[in-house]
Amino acid sequence: MTNPDMFDYPDLNSARIRDEKINTLMTAATGAATLLAVVSVVAFLGFIVLLGGAWLAEEQALSATVGQQHSSNFELLLFGGRELASSGGVLPAIVGTVVLTLLMAVIVAPLGIVVALYLTEYSGGGWPTQLLRIGVQNLAAIPSIIYGVFGLAFFVYVIGGRIDELFYASNLPTPTFGTPGLLWASLTLALLTLPTVIVATEEGLLRIPSSLREGSRALGATRVETIFRVVLPAAAPSILTGIILAVARAAGEVAPLMLVGVVRYAPTLPVSIEAPFLQLEQKFMHLGFYVYDLTMHAPGSEGRVGIVAAASLLLVSVIVSLNIVALLLRVRLRRTYVQSGV
Amino acid sequence: MDHREALIAASNNRANLNYVAPGIEVQGLSLTYPDEPNALIDINLSIPGGEVTAVIGPSGCGKSTLLRCFNRMNDMLEGCQYSGSITLGDLNILDPMTDVTLLRRRVGMVFQQPNPFPMSIYDNVAYGPRIGGLRRRRDLDEVVENALRLAALWDEVKGQLGKNATVLSLGQQQRLVIARAIAVQPEVLLMDEPASSLDPISTLRIEELIYELKQSYTIVIVTHNMQQAARVSDRTAFLNQGQVVEYDATDKIFTNPSQRATEDYITGRYG
Ligand SMILES: Nc1ncnc2c1ncn2[C@@H]1O[C@H](COP(=O)(O)OP(=O)(O)OP(=O)(O)O)[C@@H](O)[C@H]1O
Ligand SMILES: [Mg+2]
Repeated sequence: MTNPDMFDYPDLNSARIRDEKINTLMTAATGAATLLAVVSVVAFLGFIVLLGGAWLAEEQALSATVGQQHSSNFELLLFGGRELASSGGVLPAIVGTVVLTLLMAVIVAPLGIVVALYLTEYSGGGWPTQLLRIGVQNLAAIPSIIYGVFGLAFFVYVIGGRIDELFYASNLPTPTFGTPGLLWASLTLALLTLPTVIVATEEGLLRIPSSLREGSRALGATRVETIFRVVLPAAAPSILTGIILAVARAAGEVAPLMLVGVVRYAPTLPVSIEAPFLQLEQKFMHLGFYVYDLTMHAPGSEGRVGIVAAASLLLVSVIVSLNIVALLLRVRLRRTYVQSGV
Repeated sequence: MDHREALIAASNNRANLNYVAPGIEVQGLSLTYPDEPNALIDINLSIPGGEVTAVIGPSGCGKSTLLRCFNRMNDMLEGCQYSGSITLGDLNILDPMTDVTLLRRRVGMVFQQPNPFPMSIYDNVAYGPRIGGLRRRRDLDEVVENALRLAALWDEVKGQLGKNATVLSLGQQQRLVIARAIAVQPEVLLMDEPASSLDPISTLRIEELIYELKQSYTIVIVTHNMQQAARVSDRTAFLNQGQVVEYDATDKIFTNPSQRATEDYITGRYG
């Protein structure tokens, strides 16, 4: 026996056709957007790689005209020369960028982890916690130059000034810490990237099921033991992701640094092979600022695009290298954590 | 007494044929959650040492809650309040002065869902002993192997103790968390549906394990499986809506219960 109602659904068919149309449209739209994104990234990378690489490969583009003794543009960029606005070359700028970023990471990581631990494991989760959480998230939206202003006003003048009064009074009125320098720049960047680390760590901690915490406590572990032996190791990949994001952001910042420690030309590096190894109060050079400086002040419009692209290429390479190191660390950490014991 | 000595003392005790694990006395235990004021109402139970006691009852009747009182896991829950008294041997479990970390070394727990830590099999089992201060590799190796053997998991994992425990099958995970609990050599083992996610063969293994552990451990097991309760336990408590309806020898409960509600529940006529 046939029931006519069972087979007669004209609306269903048109709905299916409409769905297919929408589906095709969505595929096309998302595909086009992805293509656009890929093309822009490739174009951007191609621009700096091609122009920068070509300039680096060129024999003495600038030096020939000015009569310097550098044998290639690569050396010129590394070691500098009078024809470059920032004499001293890019090498000290690379060192400055790396030291600054690492110092920032060393400061921001424990701070961010501790705050995230407080938010997830200790605070009751009531409205003060929510308020703090929202505050932290909004901190990430403040323009970086504001951090620079704050760093200058608070770290340099207030804290640095105090340190000088207390420990370096004999040098006054010449400031030691009461002037922009490596430590203050690192602290400023740490503050800038703190929300990134907190949010990533917190997400990692919240993802850990409470059954793991209970399992640990049921074996006689205290809350602190549980945090150090189960919770933090399990969240380590998320924490490292946060630090990677922080490093990526910090290594690319220029604006706030101009206020708290970066200079166009620093006669000495902020690191040395003798104790104390780090000159925390020193001003230093930075790749980001170097690129800016070159763009604004390099002599002659001829070589400018090439050398700026070359310096940009270096900056991008340094940031990518820092990220690769962090990524390797993350892989390693995951492996040791999972396989320790045997 | 450091942990190693304690472990040795515990296993010596166990080696002694006359050793019997202590029992648990529950008197007037009531417990409230913020949104469940009658989670447990005036519970009185005398759980004999060295025997298996099954706790049965419909979902939400308070079985897990009762178990979690024995090792004070409810302390971790915000707003959970209890009164009454529970003693283990001469230890007053609910006394606020009782050190819960020490208590939990004497009262181990296997949770309703297997919860292996995301670390190696070895590290999972060694976790409790390490917390207790056991450091020497040789001691740890021995404890880990013994626990895994007891939990009937050793043969399956002996070549791959470094493997991440979370990739084990559910049945293996369940035995792993049992091994993890007994590696601490507790006197009491609380098992909250330890076979809920297991196939019949693994279930049988766990039941054999329970049988083997009996006497040197006091075991309290929550189960929804009536046959299992009848098979493994010496005594059975039937809980309903936070109250003990009937508590008696398992044979008696399953053949001749004195309460109508008990009979309805075990014969499947309940809800
Ligand atoms: N953390 C908690 N907060 C509030 N109420 C809870 C909490 N845990 C359990 N309850 C409530 O207490 C009662 C008993 O729960 P319990 O988990 O002990 O039941 P159960 O007998 O173990 O059930 P099941 O067989 O489903 O595991 C239930 O009404 C439950 O909703
Ligand atoms: Mg339960």
